[in-house]
Amino acid sequence: MGLAGFEVEVQRETESGLVTEDMTLSMGPQHPSTHGVLRFIVRADGEVMKEAIPDIGYLHRSIEKIAEKVGWHGFLPYTDRVDYVAAMFCNHGWTMAAERLAGIEVPRRGEYCRVIADELCRIHSHLLAAGSMAMDIGAFTPFTHAIREREYLNDLFEELCGSRLTFHYMRIGGVGWDLPPGWAEKVLTFLARFETVVDEYNRLISYNKIFTERLADVAVVSAEQAIGYNLVGPNLRGSGVAYDVRRDDPYSVYPELDFDVPVGRGEMGTVGDCFDRYIVRIEELKQSCRIIRQCLRQMPDGPVIAKVPRNFKPPAGDCYVRLESARGDMGWYVVSDGTAFPYRCKIRTGSFAAISIVQAVSRDIMIADLIAVIASLDLVAPEIDR
Amino acid sequence: MPLDTAAIHARLRERFGETIGDLNGVGRDAWALVPPGDIAEVARFAHDDGELGFDCLSNLSGVDYPKDEAIQVVYHLFSYRDRHWFVLKVNAKRDDPVVATVSGVWPHADWQEREVFDLLGVRFDGHPDLRRILMPEDWPGHPLRKDFVEPEEFHGISTSRESLLRT
Amino acid sequence: MSLINSAPEMAITTRVDDLLNWTRKSSIWYMMFGLACCAIEMMQTGGPRADLERFGMAPRATPRVSDVIIVSGTLTLKMALRTKILYDQMPEPRYAISMGSCANCGGLFQLAYSVCDGVDKVIPVDVYVPGCPPRPEALTEGLVKLQEKIQKERWLVRKAEPVGVRA
Repeated sequence: MGLAGFEVEVQRETESGLVTEDMTLSMGPQHPSTHGVLRFIVRADGEVMKEAIPDIGYLHRSIEKIAEKVGWHGFLPYTDRVDYVAAMFCNHGWTMAAERLAGIEVPRRGEYCRVIADELCRIHSHLLAAGSMAMDIGAFTPFTHAIREREYLNDLFEELCGSRLTFHYMRIGGVGWDLPPGWAEKVLTFLARFETVVDEYNRLISYNKIFTERLADVAVVSAEQAIGYNLVGPNLRGSGVAYDVRRDDPYSVYPELDFDVPVGRGEMGTVGDCFDRYIVRIEELKQSCRIIRQCLRQMPDGPVIAKVPRNFKPPAGDCYVRLESARGDMGWYVVSDGTAFPYRCKIRTGSFAAISIVQAVSRDIMIADLIAVIASLDLVAPEIDR
Repeated sequence: MPLDTAAIHARLRERFGETIGDLNGVGRDAWALVPPGDIAEVARFAHDDGELGFDCLSNLSGVDYPKDEAIQVVYHLFSYRDRHWFVLKVNAKRDDPVVATVSGVWPHADWQEREVFDLLGVRFDGHPDLRRILMPEDWPGHPLRKDFVEPEEFHGISTSRESLLRT
Repeated sequence: MSLINSAPEMAITTRVDDLLNWTRKSSIWYMMFGLACCAIEMMQTGGPRADLERFGMAPRATPRVSDVIIVSGTLTLKMALRTKILYDQMPEPRYAISMGSCANCGGLFQLAYSVCDGVDKVIPVDVYVPGCPPRPEALTEGLVKLQEKIQKERWLVRKAEPVGVRA
């Protein structure tokens, strides 16, 4: 299970005459702080790392190959599992690609339902990201706060589509069901309470001195490096690049909505450090609340799904659609050959690029800082391995 | 300044002549074919040129076309500076696919090319560290090929499970 | 001479066994082996609403100090080899709970080439919890079943002869 071409540095002598050697540690694949099954081969000189090489593939479930076997409609439950923490976005990506290939237009009410589901899912995902980041740094209590808030969201999702985690809410041509009666009021009650909870969270942990000192100036990623490695979403915005697919390349009904895009400002340290990536996510929580309120006010009446044949056969061709998932710009490259089964589906996710930058930024930081880097990049194993 | 795909194609043709294929498709998905040995130079020009400025490789995927005897590698290029898109496609011969690497131009291509090597078997000439990334090191075959046959067992674990339904 | 399984079944010896088993079942420490989606539901089960701490369960990071391994999520072939190593590192008496369809039988990933169809191909499983992902209530029911199993074990008292047809 070793790696070919991986060398350990030979012994060297320090000034005091002590002979030292680098340690090679295997962090993972089962580890409480790696977000899922990831493995890092860490070469360290005591506590300071020389490099951390990621080793992935422990959750490779061949979702892309399964697309070729189960057909266009049948692939939707599998898209939930591509990124189970933010499953609505994956549903949305696949349905957008299929609709683009076949030229189907989704009714306006269906689009608004999709955006509401997407933004609630963004809150769902960012809460877990922030909570597990705090837990990894060492603070256990904010994690339980985040889990508690997620339970309220789970109740809302369960009423909407029947499931707490892998939603399968969207269909090709729209969404599965309309909003249940009384659900909109429950969402507004939740949002009213949630915004006070975000302020409480900020007072509790975000500007806590220990927390900021663990994160400020750690693993600074410059804007050029971020673009070169194709970091997306909060990782990219944390490095100062103001790009958000919802605003700069809009899809669905986002052109009609009004929201801000938070960008890292180097508040506590340098632009592009771990703290910036974290605080961008916290600020996005409030923007999502704003978007959901606007959607609930502006929603028109009407059908929520277009007429799509059960035997769905889009014309031959390929397309590449992108949407702003919780972890950033998620790209779906779908090739159709005119039959009822997709020919090829490639999912380009933000976490795959983010983990490849870990090797570059992990020089001369401590092993404990590696945990902060992994948590701030918001890696999830299913997105990396698919 | 965002350019449309026809203008980008014209600029590439201006520099490389007929090695760049014709423009196919419409809108954002318009693409041009490039020979497998020349993709590295085309990528370097697309990245460095003042007008094109493609500073980001948004996606690199491989598609297996056994009917055309080719494995196609698709590059989606994006420019954050100018906010325009282009798609380049490379057809590699199916029985011995070799494509020049673009990992020197965009660091993101490093891992994406490793994935295409792992799942489809395309060798990237000049890649610094071409080895399997998702499958285990000793896995036989390349799974995303259309003629891939699942092995019966792997390290003593059988890959099938008999159905629990009593039929 | 060992005391284990040596005594006849009397009122006082069964009381000793019951006391031992009651202390053991009230403090099961589980190893966090969250692989995929079921791991998120396991975290939610450990949260404030469906609390696992009230059963005396605490999450542990290492197998050396844990009683039960909750395999939550899809087991790939690459991971299955490591799972065996981790299970072997747990000290006895040890139990395994297979949580979710993927760990029970491969789930909806039986079509995949890289997935091990069920964790019982590598380790012996005590309780299977169905669901995709199982609700917190389902996981707690699985834990209660495990507690019932632990309560029936025999330490001081001689084990009962197995009933059935001898081959």
